[in-house]
Amino acid sequence: MNAIGMTFIDWLIIAIYFAFVMGIGIYLRKFTKSEEDFFLAGRRNSSWVAGLAFLSANLGALELLGMTGNTFKYGMYVAHFYWIGAIPAMLFLGIYMMPFYYSSRIKSIPGYLKLRFDEKTRVLNGISFGIMTLLVSGINLYAMALVLHTFLGWQWDISMWISAITVAAYVTLSGLMSAIFTEILQFFMIWFGLFLVSILGIIEVGGIDQVFQRIPPAFNTLWSTSSDPSQNGMMVTWGGIALGLGFVLSFGYWTTDFLVVQRAFSARDLKAARMTPIIASFFKMALPFIVILAGLVALILANDPHSGFKLLHDGNTVNYDSALPLLIARYYPSGLIGLGVTALLAGFMAGQAGNISAFNTVWTYDIYKSVINRNASDVHLLWMGRAATIVGIIISLGTAYWAKTFPSIMDYMQAIFSWINAPLFATMLLGMFVSWITPNGAFYGLITGMASSFIMFLGLKFQWISTKLLTFSDVTSDMAANFWRAWWAWLICFAVTIIVSLFTKKKPKEDLVGLVKGLTKETVENEVPFFRRPEFFALISLLILIILNIYFW
Amino acid sequence: MKPIWFFVGLLLTVLGLVILATGVYYIFDPAHNRTVLSGLHPSIWWGGIMLISGIIFILTNKNKIVE
Repeated sequence: MNAIGMTFIDWLIIAIYFAFVMGIGIYLRKFTKSEEDFFLAGRRNSSWVAGLAFLSANLGALELLGMTGNTFKYGMYVAHFYWIGAIPAMLFLGIYMMPFYYSSRIKSIPGYLKLRFDEKTRVLNGISFGIMTLLVSGINLYAMALVLHTFLGWQWDISMWISAITVAAYVTLSGLMSAIFTEILQFFMIWFGLFLVSILGIIEVGGIDQVFQRIPPAFNTLWSTSSDPSQNGMMVTWGGIALGLGFVLSFGYWTTDFLVVQRAFSARDLKAARMTPIIASFFKMALPFIVILAGLVALILANDPHSGFKLLHDGNTVNYDSALPLLIARYYPSGLIGLGVTALLAGFMAGQAGNISAFNTVWTYDIYKSVINRNASDVHLLWMGRAATIVGIIISLGTAYWAKTFPSIMDYMQAIFSWINAPLFATMLLGMFVSWITPNGAFYGLITGMASSFIMFLGLKFQWISTKLLTFSDVTSDMAANFWRAWWAWLICFAVTIIVSLFTKKKPKEDLVGLVKGLTKETVENEVPFFRRPEFFALISLLILIILNIYFW
Repeated sequence: MKPIWFFVGLLLTVLGLVILATGVYYIFDPAHNRTVLSGLHPSIWWGGIMLISGIIFILTNKNKIVE
């Protein structure tokens, strides 16, 4: 079922990219001397470098293929993932949370939990994050092999092992710095490799106005059909979008997932760290011009009997993920095909490197140094970080083969995210903004939130509970159930944390200085004009978000 | 070390050059270029944009060193 034919020139372009990535890893090796160089890229990055890496760590090719396919399936509603489902959380991280994260000089999110609460909460989060990272890393690896096998006819094992060995090599050589460098290369590869698909698609359809005229009305709006789930393709209400996606899942991912937040920790000062997610927010808002437009063009072409375009089928099931590769095959001649495939490969490898660099940091600091060897020297920790990279990659390969047995990848990905991130966001929010939240309150709230999310997932999967009980609607979809499950897990963690905190011992206020709002001296940049402050750029980003939502209402 | 933008420039320049050259080749051998909208010669102008972007990145960063 090969959709894309490759020539020598295409292979040459892929080979050039691999050579660059390995060359950069070797070049950066001589600048990686201390454990801070390896785990936090020496804390010397500008806000632009950290900001683009922050975005790219999230931007796996799985997301590019999946979201283009989802647009074909659900229409413009998919843009919620890029707009309300990301931007408010990114701005909140930059404006309100980053001062606590960055100023406390922590090396990881579990490290903050140790300072704010206690060791057991840190270890709980460290272990659960480590497991999540390796599972997601393995699933990414598997998804990459699936795409390469389906669209290029490559061997499963060979494509998985080559990519895994390449990532292992450059992350082992220079840690987070080489991960960040390759993430930025990936950012440019994705824009140059895939944006042309949308441009040529618009030209073929006859202009951007034609794109919106030729798709069904339910597919070209963002909010106007959200009061009745039967009127939109995603079968979700505005409540599910706003509470589940816009609040819990989005804030849970963008403000507490160490995979992305680690990039902001690598910034050279607090201002650069605060600007990191704000800069990323502008580019995140622009991504629908690749994925959503490509998905809508594919939908128009598939509905036009004269276009000769139709998605691939796996038996009787439509393969929505085939939309983007098929458009590449339709528009790209030899040479550009190599660029498009490289963009997808770069996305997979950067996503993999992001997971592995986050895993080696959390393993080394929050599990190994915290529990196994408290007196480890800096040199030993640097060695351990490199060893954890290799072991992490090997475990990821194992989980990739395990993922082959999954009936639906996205199902498990969503389950994993709402299991770890949704309740953790309640813990972080209360921890940062309420001083009387206790260590036991945080620990038992987190455990209860994680367990309830998992039980709800099983309950829905095996139909122990009715979906209507969670979503308040007879008409619903897996996506709607995911949004609502995340909301309930967050609420349970939030409530249990507060209740347990009312009856357990608080930490002395002097221990919480620098970690909790109200007990920390505010950094006011009086000497900096308003138009140069992070708040100003956040305001512009927010205004653009509001305009986009009103325009596509 | 050299800033990342220098390496971005190098990569865009090399890939842009290869894609541009391929596009020029297809002008003389159009039989091997049968994609939809191939008459627009996307390899030429897209490869050209990559090449120019890459050169700008290289020129603006060739003498810069970051700590």
